[in-house]
Amino acid sequence: MATRTIQGQKNLQNINQASKDGIGGSPLRPDGNLKVRGEFAYSSDLWHEDMLWGMALRSPHPRANILSVDISEALKVPGVYAVLTHEDIPGSKYYGLEIRDQPVLAIDKIRYHGEAIALVAADHPETARRAVKKIKVEYEVLTPIVTEEQCLDPETHGYVHEPHEYKSHAYGNICHEQKLVSGLGVTDEVRAMADVIVSGDYEVGMQDQAFLGPESGLAVPAEDGGIDLYIATQWLHVDREQMAPVLDLPEEKVRLTLAGVGGAFGGREDISMQIHACLLAQHTDKPVKIVYSRDESFYGHVHRHPARMHYEHGATRDGKLVFADCRIVLDGGAYASASPAVVGNAASLGHGPYVIPNVKMHAIALYSNNPSCGAMRGFGAVQAAFGYESQMDKLAAELGMDPVELRQLNAMSEGDFMPTGQQIDSPAPVVELLQRAKDMPLPPPLDTEHLDVRALPGALSNTSHGEGIVRGVGYSVGIKNVGFSEGFDDYSTARVRLEVIGGEPVAMVHTAMAEVGQGGVTVHAQIVRTELGVEQVTIHPANTEVGSAGSTSASRQTYMTGGAVKLAAEAVGRALIEKGRRRYGWTHQDITLAGGKVVSESAGVLVPMVDLLGDEAIDLTREHHHRPTQAFDKETGQGFGHVQYTFCANRAVVDVDVELGLVKVVELTAVQDVGKALNPLSVVGQIQGGCTQALGLAVMEEIIVRDGKVRNASFTDYLIPTILDTPPIPVDVLELPDPHAPYGLRGVGEAPTVSATPSIVAAIRNATGLALNRIPVRPEHLTTEQPG
Amino acid sequence: MRVTFTANGKPVEADDVWEGESLLYVLRERVGLPGSKNACEQGECGSCTVYLDGVPVCSCLVAAGQVQDREVRTVEGLAEETGELGLVQQAFVDAGAVQCGFCTPGLLVQTDALLEKDTQPSDNDIREALSGNLCRCTGYEKIMDAVRLASARKCAGEVS
Repeated sequence: MATRTIQGQKNLQNINQASKDGIGGSPLRPDGNLKVRGEFAYSSDLWHEDMLWGMALRSPHPRANILSVDISEALKVPGVYAVLTHEDIPGSKYYGLEIRDQPVLAIDKIRYHGEAIALVAADHPETARRAVKKIKVEYEVLTPIVTEEQCLDPETHGYVHEPHEYKSHAYGNICHEQKLVSGLGVTDEVRAMADVIVSGDYEVGMQDQAFLGPESGLAVPAEDGGIDLYIATQWLHVDREQMAPVLDLPEEKVRLTLAGVGGAFGGREDISMQIHACLLAQHTDKPVKIVYSRDESFYGHVHRHPARMHYEHGATRDGKLVFADCRIVLDGGAYASASPAVVGNAASLGHGPYVIPNVKMHAIALYSNNPSCGAMRGFGAVQAAFGYESQMDKLAAELGMDPVELRQLNAMSEGDFMPTGQQIDSPAPVVELLQRAKDMPLPPPLDTEHLDVRALPGALSNTSHGEGIVRGVGYSVGIKNVGFSEGFDDYSTARVRLEVIGGEPVAMVHTAMAEVGQGGVTVHAQIVRTELGVEQVTIHPANTEVGSAGSTSASRQTYMTGGAVKLAAEAVGRALIEKGRRRYGWTHQDITLAGGKVVSESAGVLVPMVDLLGDEAIDLTREHHHRPTQAFDKETGQGFGHVQYTFCANRAVVDVDVELGLVKVVELTAVQDVGKALNPLSVVGQIQGGCTQALGLAVMEEIIVRDGKVRNASFTDYLIPTILDTPPIPVDVLELPDPHAPYGLRGVGEAPTVSATPSIVAAIRNATGLALNRIPVRPEHLTTEQPG
Repeated sequence: MRVTFTANGKPVEADDVWEGESLLYVLRERVGLPGSKNACEQGECGSCTVYLDGVPVCSCLVAAGQVQDREVRTVEGLAEETGELGLVQQAFVDAGAVQCGFCTPGLLVQTDALLEKDTQPSDNDIREALSGNLCRCTGYEKIMDAVRLASARKCAGEVS
């Protein structure tokens, strides 16, 4: 809201500008004090009298037939209250985010390593652990179907799901597929139009969200036969939608309240322990808490799809792209999770933020006996960005061009068309983002006079004192969609209540938005301050008593639920002013709300809100729907599929110890257009966090799966960046408003995770001259690979 | 078994403790101090860091019986006696170093220990001291800012 000066004579109070804690300010988080005191109640901190601990038995095999399950010995363990298998489920035995293809507890078959088979409730976690070990399962172990070749040849290797079990458009072992053709497509004639053609095969390993707060929650049976679940999740209502049929309860008897969430990043979009805890609570009629250990967490949630990609790009001698062809194979693992939407993103965004006259794309997600994969920050756009940005560098090298200039020459801008035929109808400053990243001052060269090993590759391992270290610089840019796409009506609900408390006007915001750390609760209060002109705003706990807020994913919450809060606050404001018109007969056309007062721009203060409200509250609920989108045509990929696009450019500077294959990222610059920074401090925090997860994927993070078995389900073996691995991350934020979005804002969280990884790999290539077609880049790649 | 120790200056007693329980479990589940966090429970993430007799340790790696008659100080013990936020706590809030906050309790204790030892650590000193504390949300930049801010305020406080 712009600064405003009120001219009226009744302007006795100092109301000359919008709240500094409204939008555009950086007020502190409302949950910050509790969090630093250790008093914020995370889902794993919950406690209830007579509470039991729940635990699951998980399969040690990725593919097997279950011949028998014997729970008799487990039931005899003192302190055990229940042991359940799928036979004890009262309702539907399946659940799933998009396709209900996953059994709550395995039924006769095991499809991935770590699949839950049985549940125990006991008086102590150790009792539960011991009872789990006493459950006897007889398996017929089968050869897992794990490679692309095996999956695509079901006649020889078998089916992960029998075709008659498919609940979607799946065929063979293909869970979902999306093709796309634009322009002339890619034919021999089109290839002949290019002076230069480069192609490459690229691979992305399986990344984990590795949120720190483990999956956990507390299920409490209620007197009405229903159940109350306190849970860390990304979307309360979609959990409930999947839970109620399994528990054989109407949705209104399944009540969810958001407990403190220790990060999410996509990994809490699917159900983990929600249904298990409720089944045990229903069965024992006691409160049941489940808290995953870190290794169980690795088995208990979906991961980022590993990908194998083939790209081919053709260009004229002066660098204009002529065509691009791509095949992306994503390994979706045992169950569908979000695979269809991930495929849609990979296909529609997989050629990057470039104008390419002729395009072909084929993206598929496989069913396999590997761990299930689904949502993770960047969602299908991350894998593709590594492919197309590697290609841009390869093409620049082939043409002898500067890699940034090549990108800028082909960059899309507002008014251009995506390969899906969708016109970009808001700013797309790809050229400027790249230019700003390039123009930022470079960090000083390695200071060999005053070496500090902690700043070198290998750091505290003291592996080098500067010898064998080579510096490299790399650039990249990426594109991500905001919000749910392909025709999904992705709405959010918000309730705002305005009343007088303690002689002051106080607004309360009630939504079901999952605050997972991103700061949505801060932003909601800012929006209400701006719209209603009150300072005191409280945030009601998120629960299913109010309508759905959709998921905290797809960079959508500020846009969608923030938009709903704006609508509800505006409605409350209008109702308040209307109340005043009725009471006082105001005829002013310039009435607004500021400083806790109803104000006329011309006449000054009309009345303090406390006087107008008296004992009454204004309490209104609104839904926010984004503009409609369309499904992509299955064969051509054409359609107005996405709500909004977001772009980020990066420059990475790395030092590589070429003898030991160690990498130190020296600096990782990010430049991003955010439309409007509602909370600049949080926006920068999102961008830096997103860059760091991209750094992890570039050089260290991968779930190692061999023959379907997870080999590194711990933080000892699955490495995420420490503060020593993470460099300074300078951030440059542009604010070019999107006319279709609330306040012109653009979703922030994912774009840097899409774009930053390829810049780091480009910098390593620049330092070493190696081809590096697989991420994460490991020491052995740097020490044994031949220059490419 | 029964375990008695001092937690944040107060005597505490936990009964029926199973010998395999960690100090972290006893703090969280038996004596009402869930502030120390359970992110990995194998000494990799640092989110359970507490002072044990003045030395920061991963409480998940300390067997409950080992703390008999010893002094433990957790994140819940970092606030001022007046109830105001402690200097390090306030700096983390002010700098935007808290997102999901699950790593925060461990980082606060470790930062407190660092600044006790060295009020003006260099950036590399900070990175070394906090290298055992994983954070997944922030990218660590705001955490660096928070430690620098706490250091500056501590120095200013000592001068005045």
